Amino acid sequence: MSETRPGGRLPVTVIGGYLGTGKTTLVNRLLRAADGQRLAVLVNDFGATPVDRDLIVSSDGDTLEISGGCICCSYGSDLMDTLMALPEQRPDIERVVLETSGVALPGMVASAVTLLPAYRVDGIVVMVDAETVRTMADDAYLGDTITRQLGAADLVVANRCDLVDEASLRQTLAWLATQSPAARILPATRADIAPDLLLGLRDAALPRLSATLTTPGAPDAASLYDSLELDVPANVDITELGQRLSAPGTGVLRAKGILNRLALHVVGQRFEIDSAPAGARSGRLVVIGLRARLDRRAVEQAVQASLSTSLRSG
Amino acid sequence: MTSSPITIFRARRILTMNPARPEATHVAVREGRILGVGPLEELAGWGAYTLDDSFADKVLMPGLVEGHSHAAEGTFWRYTYLGRFDRMDPEGKVWPGAESIEDVVTRLQQVERKLASPTEVLAGWGLDPIYYGDRRVVRADFDRVSTTRAIGVMHASGHIFNVNTRALELAGLMRPGVNHPGIPLGSDGLPTGELKGPEAMTIVGAHVGFDREALANDEDGLRRFAKLCVRQGVTTATDLANLLPDDAVSMMARVTGEAGYPVRIVSFRRFQALTPEQVVDMAVKLKARSTDRLRLGAIKLFVDGSIQGFSARLRWPGYYNGAPNGLWYTPPEAISGLYRLALQKGVLVHSHTNGDQATEMALDCLEGALLDQPARDHRFTLQHCQLADAAQFRRMARLGMCANLFPNHHFYWGDQHYETTVGPERAMRMNACATALASGVPLAIHSDAPVTPLGPLFTAWCAVNRRTASGRTLGTSEAISVADALRTITLGAAWTLKLDGEVGSIECGKRADFAVLEDDPLEIAPDKLKDVRIWGTVQGGRLFPANGV
Repeated sequence: MSETRPGGRLPVTVIGGYLGTGKTTLVNRLLRAADGQRLAVLVNDFGATPVDRDLIVSSDGDTLEISGGCICCSYGSDLMDTLMALPEQRPDIERVVLETSGVALPGMVASAVTLLPAYRVDGIVVMVDAETVRTMADDAYLGDTITRQLGAADLVVANRCDLVDEASLRQTLAWLATQSPAARILPATRADIAPDLLLGLRDAALPRLSATLTTPGAPDAASLYDSLELDVPANVDITELGQRLSAPGTGVLRAKGILNRLALHVVGQRFEIDSAPAGARSGRLVVIGLRARLDRRAVEQAVQASLSTSLRSG
Repeated sequence: MTSSPITIFRARRILTMNPARPEATHVAVREGRILGVGPLEELAGWGAYTLDDSFADKVLMPGLVEGHSHAAEGTFWRYTYLGRFDRMDPEGKVWPGAESIEDVVTRLQQVERKLASPTEVLAGWGLDPIYYGDRRVVRADFDRVSTTRAIGVMHASGHIFNVNTRALELAGLMRPGVNHPGIPLGSDGLPTGELKGPEAMTIVGAHVGFDREALANDEDGLRRFAKLCVRQGVTTATDLANLLPDDAVSMMARVTGEAGYPVRIVSFRRFQALTPEQVVDMAVKLKARSTDRLRLGAIKLFVDGSIQGFSARLRWPGYYNGAPNGLWYTPPEAISGLYRLALQKGVLVHSHTNGDQATEMALDCLEGALLDQPARDHRFTLQHCQLADAAQFRRMARLGMCANLFPNHHFYWGDQHYETTVGPERAMRMNACATALASGVPLAIHSDAPVTPLGPLFTAWCAVNRRTASGRTLGTSEAISVADALRTITLGAAWTLKLDGEVGSIECGKRADFAVLEDDPLEIAPDKLKDVRIWGTVQGGRLFPANGV
């Protein structure tokens, strides 16, 4: 059985969503933005090119070597076996991106991941096609699968917004909010969301916003986001802070804080506490959110409100 | 030029499944094939022969064809059998059914005492606690067997494990905070020892002897499977969902090619982790590696899960107990894509659909694919297809589909279907064999061994009598006659495999494959059909007595 790793458990980002919603596009963005972080991308099958050809260094059966030290593996029905074997086979891997099949329920996949002590679920991202998702949700065969996928999301990426007029986009976003009341919903085009939302925030550094991968004609994804970095007093209750930052209203899409050898990871409505990597700077919180949605005061208040009771009263 | 020797078998009665000559007393065999069936005078016209009287007091049928089984039944007999009902192992020993949880524990204790090392794992299979009342099996039960070795027992359904504390420790699950729908927790906040669903099962599987390597490419298992076939009169059996990696194919070709191997194995490539293009391409290549006793080149597809596991996809109004609808295992785009391509390349596809919504989806996908790629004789088959209604059978007939239904479910889980999963009305129409035949749908019936025991005559008994374990009869209007049932376990199943020109009936030119019976299935009372005694088989003209395998 895989043991807990010294640097904490391996974070797993689960990417769900029906066929054609842009999961593969997103995965390729993440691989291009990995910037030295060694990702293992697990896909259900090596279907219609899971990874852009120019990223592939070599191929060996079920594993593709990707430039920058990343790998891509297909798991078929052997997801658990693949996950159990990975830490030993590839001890260099720092993060797992798990692309589920189109009809899989990402919440179920994530709860399976929690059974493996070597891993922690970092976040569940569910991609939808903003143009078709509501029709899909009415489909007699697939409707409940789509809404169950959404119900488990921490972040919903409403992709292909460029194909939808403003009025219907507004309606679709409002509808998505009813399906995933606690999730954060991100409108996007060509799956262009800030990779740091999924790949994690560098310790005590500003988020590495995607600056080089703008698609011609589309707004630079980086310009859509804002980030904050603030000091956190040592007497903050980290669980309380996690609850507050992941609650609706703060505009926080992702946050990472290091405090007293613990690391807080927030992705949308989910937060996890893990041991901090060695040498990480304590007392810092980095937050990323949608520009104009991220509320600095709300974040500061969340920190204040999380001070342990004795001090707050004193 | 000398021609090969001719053997003429004399039998008490030969049931041929050929309507032009439904029964006879003699069958002539040359080169492993049937030269003719009829009176001795007719057959003597073929030339010099040896008259073989071995079967003078026996009844011959075409070798039985099991259209949905898994060679894994042979593998499972390496574990301790703990099912509720008596079951015969490949060596012919009947393991009595366990009547209580106490009985299960006692048996494990008996096996445990014989194990040398204190850490050697102990694995069992076939457990079915629904017969033991409401009490669940928990880890404390198996801790009474051992606390030092891992113990794991797979349920009859194949969808659940029960394990002891040691197995949970080894799997890293003996901790508070486990939060998974397939892992119930006790009042102490720790797992009870029950693990449901493939993910939870995989984590403990390797620690209790059910690791993937043990189950794949199992040469001994393939040999044991053949012995079971002989004991049940089976001469052609499917191995319906294999990943067929190269080394497994080589092993299977070698073993089935041995002079004494008694069964024709039809192994389907499971559609998984590949695109439709990749799997069809693979099937075409596999087909070229087929031999007489190893048939390859067909594809098995999973559309949904199981009814008793609540993972089958049901149409409105869903499960009787209100459980949420089940899971799709393959997206409709992939199903349609696979169907279209397979039709184009002439590759046979069998699709697992348990729930009626899954059946509907498969029908829709095939209907669309046939518009793009018309095919006259595809024989695409719905496997299980347990909840299909009359309208769906009519559609199947129109689309040229076959159905391979699962009447064994009535006996093993019919009461549970009646009371919990689908409710009385749908439990009565489940596995609607009579409707299928009346609608003109080519019909086979199956055991899904190892889920239920391999034994086409038992399956036929289930289709004829529709009796549950508690004695309830589920839907007499869907019961079929013994004659129809016998046809489904021979020609019917052969048709779904596109082998009906070679096997499934006793007539000139076909393989000399016979089920050799001590009792006449047409004479015995229909409710005793399962008790017909089986001498063994003749396969390709070779004699395989059950007591000599």
